[in-house]
Amino acid sequence: MKRMLAIACLASLSQLSLADTIYVSNEKDDTLSVIDSDTLEVIKTIEVGMRPRGIIFNQDYTHLYICASDSDAVQVMDVATGRIIHNLPSGEDPEQFALHTDNRRLYIANEDDAVVTVVDTQKRSVDAQIDVGVEPEGMAVSPDGKWVINTSETTNMLHWIDAATNELVANTLVGQRPRHVEFTKDGSLLWASSEIGGTVSIVDVESRRIIKEISFRIPGVHRDKVQPVGIKLTDNGKYAFVALGPSNHVAVIDAKTYEVIDYLLVGRRVWQLAFANDQKLLFTTNGVSGDVSVIDTDDLKVIKTLRVGRYPWGLAVKP
Amino acid sequence: MFAINPLRAAREVGSTYLARDRFTRVRAWVTGVMSYLFAGTIYAQAMPVDILYIQEVSAEPPAIPAVFKRAEDEGVAGARLGIEDSNTTGRFLKHDYSLHVISDTDPNALFDTALSWKALHSGVVVADVGDALLRKLIHDGSMDVVINVGSATDNWRSSQCETGLLHTLPSHAMLADALAQYLTYRRWDQVLAVSGKGVADEAILNAYKRAAKRFGLKILDTRKWTFTTDLRRAAQQEVAQFTRLKNYDVVLVADAANQFGFYLPYNTYLPRPVVGTHGLTPSAWHVSVEQWGALQLQNRFREDVGRDMRGKDYAAWVAVRAVSEAVTRTSDNTPKTLYNYMMSDSFELAAFKGRKLTFRQYNGQLRQPIPVAHPHGLVTQSPQDGFLHQVTELDTLGYDKPEVSCDMETTL
Repeated sequence: MKRMLAIACLASLSQLSLADTIYVSNEKDDTLSVIDSDTLEVIKTIEVGMRPRGIIFNQDYTHLYICASDSDAVQVMDVATGRIIHNLPSGEDPEQFALHTDNRRLYIANEDDAVVTVVDTQKRSVDAQIDVGVEPEGMAVSPDGKWVINTSETTNMLHWIDAATNELVANTLVGQRPRHVEFTKDGSLLWASSEIGGTVSIVDVESRRIIKEISFRIPGVHRDKVQPVGIKLTDNGKYAFVALGPSNHVAVIDAKTYEVIDYLLVGRRVWQLAFANDQKLLFTTNGVSGDVSVIDTDDLKVIKTLRVGRYPWGLAVKP
Repeated sequence: MFAINPLRAAREVGSTYLARDRFTRVRAWVTGVMSYLFAGTIYAQAMPVDILYIQEVSAEPPAIPAVFKRAEDEGVAGARLGIEDSNTTGRFLKHDYSLHVISDTDPNALFDTALSWKALHSGVVVADVGDALLRKLIHDGSMDVVINVGSATDNWRSSQCETGLLHTLPSHAMLADALAQYLTYRRWDQVLAVSGKGVADEAILNAYKRAAKRFGLKILDTRKWTFTTDLRRAAQQEVAQFTRLKNYDVVLVADAANQFGFYLPYNTYLPRPVVGTHGLTPSAWHVSVEQWGALQLQNRFREDVGRDMRGKDYAAWVAVRAVSEAVTRTSDNTPKTLYNYMMSDSFELAAFKGRKLTFRQYNGQLRQPIPVAHPHGLVTQSPQDGFLHQVTELDTLGYDKPEVSCDMETTL
């Protein structure tokens, strides 16, 4: 009931102000850029730890977790003040992570160490370390909280971790250099990008088998430069968006037929994606050009590109 | 199912639960496996994947500066890291990689040891050896699959390719083309060439002559380095005189054994860049390569080996990784199956060079971008934009299909 009230409150609040706030980590500036989704301007820049990459909010958006890779720490920022309030033990070189649906356990990929570290964000202690393949990278938790998926870039696998026991129970071999995984809203399918393989695999969660492999072809761009990384799926099941790295395009895929509908030109070396304003907008981090492109998801058009710090990497959106 | 995880078991027994040190963890893993074996637990048999690494140690020329001293484990260290990376994958698939290293100055002794290894094992050979031993291994030793990581000799890739022989080390021609493309891009096309007397110097010079013709560089003059004394401070006068010419854009140096090339930068008659084996240099790998996740590989190597990764280390690492990729995808460990897969259209390898790497089916050479760097930084990576090819721009580097006169089979 409390939760319903909270949601109702949030809903009425969001009617007053539709604007979301987008946080962007700048890998080579050791900062976060904060963007207002209505004005599409950078409203603030916050200094954080060294080489910030993955960033994620807790469920009530009071804390922002930041993978400060070269500081070997996950930093916790108090969102209201923009201050780092403490560090979590994270293992070496944390790159990406996922927050469990329990809002408490953080699953962190330690890129240099071939482990996934499970951190209790309340006790600020390590629950477990799970051995995975070489260069763990992508992380996702299934909507029902049962599965934690990690990708390992050099081992080319999706590792299936049982969230109840923190045991690795299965592996699915995919294309070269898997970077990112994303569950569908109902949790039945898993989308996984293979950066060097140039493909996106769709995996049936029940059988853990690949049911479809999507490849891309952009006129005038050599296929080796089409390198899928970030993936976002719309909640209505209509579209999938895939960031295609140094090809400087975002692919729009029909999420039902798996056909590529369009390629949208964005900034250089596009990696991560995030929705804002009820999924009406999609933000992309363009590492090499140091900017963020904004895509209108109704018209499928790039409406603005705005300058952030050097090597923007991750995104997190606060309603 | 991966029900038994010896690493975790070991860690829970020991105190290294949050071990940060790779070596500690590897040790823990070994201990874990041992304790399971001793406990009598039935442990499913892993498929062994054996690799023989042959290192022919050549005598280092006298009086070369300390900065050029070779590391004894150059190449071997890369292969070892490749094995370690592959075993991490292998753990999940029950593939157990092991490397057997033989190292000697005597090619005959190496040949005999290699034969006795072959009598007991079936596996791919990774060879860092001279051309004579390489030939002998293939012709007299009947090694099924050999991956060359030591010889850049162009003949192996143009007129004497062999079924079963693959190359992960770039050839002289690939390196020369990589640099020549950059010179062309910068329009530094007037070249003064300086080369030593060694056989390898000659091979490098010839590769640059070929590259000059392909990319429209003009070699104005070719000068042989004939000084026999240690120049030291006299270089200031001597090199300036030696490189005297009315005009040129670059001085190209071919000095494979580090006998004199290091005297040239900043001592040339005209204030021009030095390129080739010294100065701005093309290579299989360079410490300054950090893009495309390469920093992770550099860090892993430095942590394990205690020095920077060099070209031969990379070639050896990539050789082992190519074998491992074939094992992973075919679930087989016979050299024949692995070779057939590596030479097939299905093979592709992610190896920190920004795009997938594949083998040229017409000569067994691994296609790869080539970093072009000065000692402390990456300047560019070839192929350069604008050098087009009907199949892949990577084939603008080295001998292309129409130039290759030998035949090799893509299946064994």
